[in-house]
Amino acid sequence: MFQTTENKEVTKVFGLRKILLFGLFFCFAAAFAVAEHEESHEEHAEKEEFDAGKMIMHHIADAHEIHFFTLNEGKENEWHATIPLPIILIGDGGVKLMSSSHFYHGEEIHLDEGHAYAYGDYVMIDEVIYNKDASGDHGIARDSEGSITNSKPLDMSITKTVVGLFLSVFILLWIFISVGKAYKKRGHTQAPKGLQALIEPLVEFAHEQIIIPSVGSKEKAAKFTPFLLSVFFFIWIANLLGLMSFLGGYNVMGSMSVTLVLAFFVFVITNINGNKHYWKHIFAPEGVPFAIKLILVPIEALQILIKPLVLMVRLTANITAGHIIILAFTALIFIFGQSSAVAGYGVGVGSLVFMVFMFFIELLVAFLQAYVFTLLSALYFGSAVEDGHH
Amino acid sequence: MILLNLLAAPLGLIIWTSLAFIIVLVLLKKLAWKPILNTLQERNDFIDKSLKSAEEAKVQMSQLKSDNEKLLAEARVEREKMLKEARETKESIIAEAKKTASAEGERLVNSAREEIEKEKAKAMSDIKTQVAALSIDIAEKVLRSELSNKDKQAEIVEEHLKQSQLS
Repeated sequence: MFQTTENKEVTKVFGLRKILLFGLFFCFAAAFAVAEHEESHEEHAEKEEFDAGKMIMHHIADAHEIHFFTLNEGKENEWHATIPLPIILIGDGGVKLMSSSHFYHGEEIHLDEGHAYAYGDYVMIDEVIYNKDASGDHGIARDSEGSITNSKPLDMSITKTVVGLFLSVFILLWIFISVGKAYKKRGHTQAPKGLQALIEPLVEFAHEQIIIPSVGSKEKAAKFTPFLLSVFFFIWIANLLGLMSFLGGYNVMGSMSVTLVLAFFVFVITNINGNKHYWKHIFAPEGVPFAIKLILVPIEALQILIKPLVLMVRLTANITAGHIIILAFTALIFIFGQSSAVAGYGVGVGSLVFMVFMFFIELLVAFLQAYVFTLLSALYFGSAVEDGHH
Repeated sequence: MILLNLLAAPLGLIIWTSLAFIIVLVLLKKLAWKPILNTLQERNDFIDKSLKSAEEAKVQMSQLKSDNEKLLAEARVEREKMLKEARETKESIIAEAKKTASAEGERLVNSAREEIEKEKAKAMSDIKTQVAALSIDIAEKVLRSELSNKDKQAEIVEEHLKQSQLS
């Protein structure tokens, strides 16, 4: 018995130290990766003003390629370290499969909105792929207000975010299936070991500190536990992956599409499991005068939708905001660097310190957002299966 | 424009996420959460059971201990009783033996006394007989010696006669 707890303790401490070391490493790596990229911007700055907003958005937004860094930017031997990604388009002409390099190395169109590329029957404007419209300039049709009216094929491309998504899923499955195997093999009579020992307190924490108290009871929570645990670790791993910007800076949980899917699952599970009391609470609250019911019932009914929507927006906004802050500190260096090199280096030291600080905050936020999403989902599930006594 | 892209939720990504997340749910439910949570539950039950049985063993131990003490006390009392009984038995046996011995002694003495008396009586009668015989012998001898002398005989007869007259 004592041996077991001691082992656990040792692994815990070891794990924490490892995580801190990793955090520090990633932090510097991230700072250097971004700095390296932006250094080339600085040289370029003589010709083109450094646009912090553009740089930040470029790092956060989805793209059809993974861009690591650029060498000799603005010079003749400019070289981009990128991985082109497959583009899959489903439209009237069936399924089209091609490499994104055709776009990026194809015909470039200069537009006010940003970078646009044309290839074959398609134009890509700010990473959105449209069908070419023969009636417009460069195949881009516009209405009287200047908005693009081109039709769009269904873009099923493996974009940067999809790669991040797949990576997260792969890491998630790899960790938890191997841990599951370890549990099957070692049974309940042997102490957890290695990865199993690292994961066990996390699973126990999520299960016993978040899920069971929020849903209400262990029996009620059993039905929701697989979903909630999956969501918790999926969000956490995707967030951590997003912080490793040197891997390409995947902003998985900062994409509305991803959080929308998760929130939709929460919405469906809540309302499928809603019992008599849940619906009664919404549409026929007890002991409320009729006049107030007229106001209360629509609000309560709207909450069915608002709750998951809030989950979605909170997660996306938090993760995106975190990335923006770290990138903003980086941008600060180059904004000051434009006026003078000394100011740039001076601010750079301060910025770097703040970036390291922010990185640790982001490590916390990565966990916190997974925690909050799981906690609130569990609370919603709990309210759906609650026995009626208020 | 690019900021709007950030807020947009492209359908392609929604489909990929749904696919990926459903796969995650199905695989993890079967291959991770079930074995992990089951094993944790089993381990908790096992620990609970072990603690409970340890508690029970403790209670049983203390019960055994008190039982032992009770048994010991009982044994001690029993021993006392047995010792007392033995002592009493011993004393009664000794008393009995003494009584029997004294009675026997008395009887022996009595019978000895009787024997002695008997022997004494016998001896006395013997002595009497012998004395009588002796007396007769003596008397015979005396008579013989007396009767051998005539004067004397006459004197005796006279004397006897005198006596008889007197009586």
